[in-house]
Amino acid sequence: MLKTFLIGIKDLRLAFRDRAALILMLAAPFVLTLGLGLVTGRFSSNNNSGLSDIPVIIVNLDNEQLGDALTDVFTSEELANLMEPAIGSDPEAARKSIDEDEAAAVVIIPEGFTRSIIPQQGDFNNPAETVKIEVYANPSRPTGAGIVKAIVDEFLSRVNEGSLSGSVSILQLMLSGRITPQQAEAAGLAMTEQLQTNPTDSALAITINSSTANGEEVKFDILAYLAPGMALMFLMYTVSYGGRSILAEKTQGTLPRLLVSPTSSTQILGGKVFGIFLTGAAQMLILIGASSLFFQLKWGDPIGVVILVLAAVFGATGWGMFITAMARTPAQVASVGSAIMLIFGIMGGSFISLDQMPPAIQTFSKITPNAWALDGFTTLALGGTLTNLSTPITALLSMGMILFLVSVVLFGKKNLVQK
Amino acid sequence: MTNILEVQNLVKNYGDFQAVKGVSFNIEEGEIFSLLGPNGAGKTTTISMLSTLYTPTSGDAVVGGHSVTKDPMAVRGVIGVVPQDLALYEDLTARENLIFWGQMYNLSGKSLNIRVDEVLEQIGLTDKAKNRVKTFSGGMKRRVNIGVGLLHKPRLLFMDEPTVGIDPQSRRAILDTVKDLNKQGMTLLYTTHYMEEAEELSNRVGIIDHGELIAIGTQKELTQQVGQAETLVLHVSENDDSEALAKSLKGIQGVQQAEAVDHEVSIVCAEAEDVLAAVVTKANERGIKIRSIDIREPNLEAVFLHLTGRALRD
Ligand SMILES: Nc1ncnc2c1ncn2[C@@H]1O[C@H](COP(=O)(O)OP(=O)(O)OP(=O)(O)O)[C@@H](O)[C@H]1O
Ligand SMILES: [Mg+2]
Repeated sequence: MLKTFLIGIKDLRLAFRDRAALILMLAAPFVLTLGLGLVTGRFSSNNNSGLSDIPVIIVNLDNEQLGDALTDVFTSEELANLMEPAIGSDPEAARKSIDEDEAAAVVIIPEGFTRSIIPQQGDFNNPAETVKIEVYANPSRPTGAGIVKAIVDEFLSRVNEGSLSGSVSILQLMLSGRITPQQAEAAGLAMTEQLQTNPTDSALAITINSSTANGEEVKFDILAYLAPGMALMFLMYTVSYGGRSILAEKTQGTLPRLLVSPTSSTQILGGKVFGIFLTGAAQMLILIGASSLFFQLKWGDPIGVVILVLAAVFGATGWGMFITAMARTPAQVASVGSAIMLIFGIMGGSFISLDQMPPAIQTFSKITPNAWALDGFTTLALGGTLTNLSTPITALLSMGMILFLVSVVLFGKKNLVQK
Repeated sequence: MTNILEVQNLVKNYGDFQAVKGVSFNIEEGEIFSLLGPNGAGKTTTISMLSTLYTPTSGDAVVGGHSVTKDPMAVRGVIGVVPQDLALYEDLTARENLIFWGQMYNLSGKSLNIRVDEVLEQIGLTDKAKNRVKTFSGGMKRRVNIGVGLLHKPRLLFMDEPTVGIDPQSRRAILDTVKDLNKQGMTLLYTTHYMEEAEELSNRVGIIDHGELIAIGTQKELTQQVGQAETLVLHVSENDDSEALAKSLKGIQGVQQAEAVDHEVSIVCAEAEDVLAAVVTKANERGIKIRSIDIREPNLEAVFLHLTGRALRD
């Protein structure tokens, strides 16, 4: 165990001393993020989301305050770039268009939704059961669907926070960007007071200065997509670099030397894998730290970010091992590794949102750690937490486990060292 | 004397090719044993089996009481290995390399640090300890490569051609280190294709060729086996008549041949010690001043030539 750890630390140190590796591990993704950010105008005042025009169908069967508010959120000016909403009336038809891959998600607001949350006069003795909003997601467009879901989640959590009807209009105003969360809180308090003194007057009209609008809560920063995309792409470089070092240690004689020391081959292989994992995790965390610092990028829930990073690195490490187990020489690992880095980068959505790719590629992307992790990072950037990440994390961990087991079998067959 | 290593009929096949063809020998505790053989003789393959890197095709070896095939882990604790090719992390410093390899030999903490300092001293790299290995000369790298093998003070050290491709000065330093280690009680198995190294270092020599051990014994035993005589070399001053001296020496009993080349007189005899006194007396009688005397035992090169019909180095 201790030796496994020591070998891993040694590899981490070696990777961070290799200038060429550092350029590809850290400098390249950082510079590419910066460059793509400039191209997409992230650094100019005119914010323009690279993830844009996510097709979403809203079926509002509620047609009361809350249902209308949510519909307004999706059709609001602030989300005009991000969303391409269509209003439907038939849930079945809408679901069908998802199955035909015409939209990323359908949001169905059932009849009675508002009433189930805000009891109307006369309903007090007979409160309605909560009616749930349904987000019917398109599995082949996880990012787009994830964003839609995040917006709905955000909306619902606001609704749950306020038990007063007044807060609904605040929420509506806030989500549509006309007031800030701070103002909303103040307005909410004011309204509560008013309601307490004058309970009959529930239909309040609040006038707020609309010039303060910025709608921070649901705006999606293009860099929150680009930065993890680039980091994940070059994470694939790091894992193949690590895999290459397994074969390199063989040719440079240090592996045989380890094998004639009182160290078991399990400890050695474990140490090498741990080294890849450590290096990848260090790379990701440095890139995340740097982009937070220099680009003021908000990655979201820190615990979620760390766990997602570890899961992503685990999945990617599996690929690194697999490539190594398939290859014969360090040079082969390097060339196959670079090819996979690019293919996974493109197909996994590091450059272009998967939602805008043909379905075949969207299906293929499921084998890349990039797509799953990117999905998770998008969820986090939109305000999701660890609890919203179960799918990508499960996928990444399973990917890592499967690839690792296959690699061990292949390594055994190839008889890496013993002759 | 107890045997620290007993090699029993060791065979190694690489596919159809038999690289080691049933080699058997013993090494006694405290000696330097050399395996002398040309390129491709099977030296590295033999060491690789003895150090548990390769599994023998057949046969076995017992190291410090442990079988290399049945209990390789126990063998690894007894031995140290200095591989023929450098096996170091070039991007780590000399010290970091030694620390890492010490950890792999279960050393840790303060004792590891102390031991690393000792080894750095021993290989003469204390000053360069903080430099990365990739900035080192070939000779310095070789010394670090040796240092790694010494960290855990192994009872038996395998050194596989540790002086290949380095300058004479580094080579000298390495040979002296080997002798020092042996004086401190370490047993060594040293492989080389340099006859001079085997002659200088070893108590006993095994000559290996085409995967077979074709001769084994002390240098004397080996040379006598092929009937080689010793050579006594007299260095005389420039004014003296070495030719005449050579002629007169031929009459001495036991001298098989005497020849003068420049200011050196070479006297071939069975045992140099037996004729030495008579030779010196003869020179004195003629008023010839002897500046120095070398006794050259018959060399292993000749033995190899005799056994194989080929020169050791082609
Ligand atoms: N992995 C291998 N596969 C096939 N043949 C091998 C392998 N390793 C060595 N050989 C062959 O086995 C023979 C013995 O090789 P070995 O390396 O043991 O010789 P050596 O005495 O150490 O030579 P050198 O002085 O060049 O180091 C050579 O003919 C070599 O070509
Ligand atoms: Mg060799």
